Amino acid sequence: MKELTIISGKGGTGKTTVTAAFAILAKNTILADCDVDAADLHLILTPEEISSADFIGGRGPQLDSEKCTSCGECQRLCRFDAIEFSEESGYVINEFACDCCGLCALACPEEAITMEDTINGRWFISDTRAGKMVHARLGIGEDNSGKLVTLVRQQGKLMAKKEGCELLINDGPPGIGCPVTAAITGVDLVLIVTEPTLSGMHDMERVHGLCRHFDIPALVCVNRFDLNLVNSEKIRGYCTEHKLPLVGEIPLDPVVNKAQVARMSVIEYECGLVTQVVREMWKKVEKELNI
Amino acid sequence: MIIAIASGKGGTGKTTIATNLALVAPASQYLDCDVEEPNGHLFLKPKISEKRDVTMPIPKIDEELCTYCGQCAAACEFNALAVIGEKVMVFSELCHGCGACTFICPEEAISETTKSIGCLEIGMANAVEGAELFFAHGISNIGNPLSPPIIKKVKKLVNNDCFAILDAPPGTSCPMVQTLMGCDYCLFVTEPTPFGLNDLELAVGVARQLGIPCGILINRSDSGDNQVQEYCQRERIPILMEIPFDRDLAFAYSKGEAAVIKSQSLREGFLKLHHKIVAEVEK
Ligand code: SF4
Ligand code: SF4
Ligand code: SF4
Ligand code: SF4
Repeated sequence: MKELTIISGKGGTGKTTVTAAFAILAKNTILADCDVDAADLHLILTPEEISSADFIGGRGPQLDSEKCTSCGECQRLCRFDAIEFSEESGYVINEFACDCCGLCALACPEEAITMEDTINGRWFISDTRAGKMVHARLGIGEDNSGKLVTLVRQQGKLMAKKEGCELLINDGPPGIGCPVTAAITGVDLVLIVTEPTLSGMHDMERVHGLCRHFDIPALVCVNRFDLNLVNSEKIRGYCTEHKLPLVGEIPLDPVVNKAQVARMSVIEYECGLVTQVVREMWKKVEKELNI
Repeated sequence: MIIAIASGKGGTGKTTIATNLALVAPASQYLDCDVEEPNGHLFLKPKISEKRDVTMPIPKIDEELCTYCGQCAAACEFNALAVIGEKVMVFSELCHGCGACTFICPEEAISETTKSIGCLEIGMANAVEGAELFFAHGISNIGNPLSPPIIKKVKKLVNNDCFAILDAPPGTSCPMVQTLMGCDYCLFVTEPTPFGLNDLELAVGVARQLGIPCGILINRSDSGDNQVQEYCQRERIPILMEIPFDRDLAFAYSKGEAAVIKSQSLREGFLKLHHKIVAEVEK
């Protein structure tokens, strides 16, 4: 089984559009939406849920105000300024600021604080017209997206084994932080979808740095390449210099948004040259993956 | 006054809006809290006058004092410590610098050293009409999984007398929440597409949980359908501005140019946006 992750660094470069198209083109594949913060793949693939479960991301502190003697030790020690005090409510934990480190629970002389399992989201296995899909929803403002990404990927792998699929396609999260790391460590290939804007290029170099850090082979695709031909040429230069295969240059065409509004991939909704380029790109990716 | 410019979905033009607004709004500050992918500097081209390292405490074990009792590893919620035989291993990339291990060690065998996780860069940029703009951004080191401590450091630079603009990270998880906390207002930049709407709803959820009033700016407003407008009406969220797709604007962005520098009409548009935000906050 091979594993491909599609990332971008900068958001909005068309990563999910490419993933959805690959999902339709690939035969015998499992999909994993690792963009658990702002999952969008389901909007195109309209999954039908088969099963779902809570995501227990970790533990968090619970303060029992009955036991609390207002000694203030927890607030003094907490390094995340997450314990607030007011005359009316006494000591309370601000769950948005809390890092769930557990120091307050260790320190409270009255054992008024205990660490309890927390539900940080929900994950699903669904049927789609492109194959089975594992996806998740992180609770609003929740922590631990890296862990949820790991869980989604693991479930994707298990599913691929069970169904005898030869490929797992992960739609990765934006950025270069912990969820991205969780989405790319140990995969066979990364496809970086970028755009010819300074921010797109800047971020492409950052995610490429991350791939090199973990020693993962990467490919590049430039979306809306004709928006700025000078920059597209610079991306070509960067790719040649770093021996990064450039597998596709997709033109800017508002028809892509029409496909999205119609809830279709750019393969199913005729997008002219865009469709053609993405098809050719998929062939190159298949070859690179050796499947 | 502290304003966060955010978007659930990336690539909706959040940084374009934040930088252009910062250039036009009087007495403004621009603080880039998107520390994993700070991009505002590409458009504002600030002169950086100061660079500060951002560090995090990590434990250091004194093997002379350690009895390998294992309490530190048991206390660590992030599995950043392991006691194997007569060795305590610290996995600094997992450590959150919380100090629980130091607190619990019965032998006082743990002291702390620091580890660099990123930096802050501070400077000034040229705004419109000869004015100057305070600029700062945080940069997270590649491979550093913890951006909230860097975001906090960036937010410490807020001057409450100014119109402080925080360019928020995309998504709805901890870094975005860290940025929004304590803001007076949040402007969400979205696109009128199914992806845009889906991510907007999640992001509005965060602002509501934090009790922060918010408004919407629809970028490329002619490129999808009407569902974002309908959503805003349903949820009674004010739409403060709509900007249709403009290839020249997109081209200026791609070159790292702030559109308001050249376009008088956009300048007026952003000035209006500034007034509307101030009016919303003062409501
Ligand atoms: S768990 Fe840690 S971060 Fe949360 S309130 Fe307790 S000491 Fe503070
Ligand atoms: S340490 Fe315990 S008793 Fe003291 S203020 Fe905190 S919760 Fe209350
Ligand atoms: S708690 Fe202290 S003494 Fe025990 S293993 Fe850890 S460092 Fe050593
Ligand atoms: S400082 Fe906190 S996170 Fe780091 S090793 Fe100690 S207990 Fe674990």
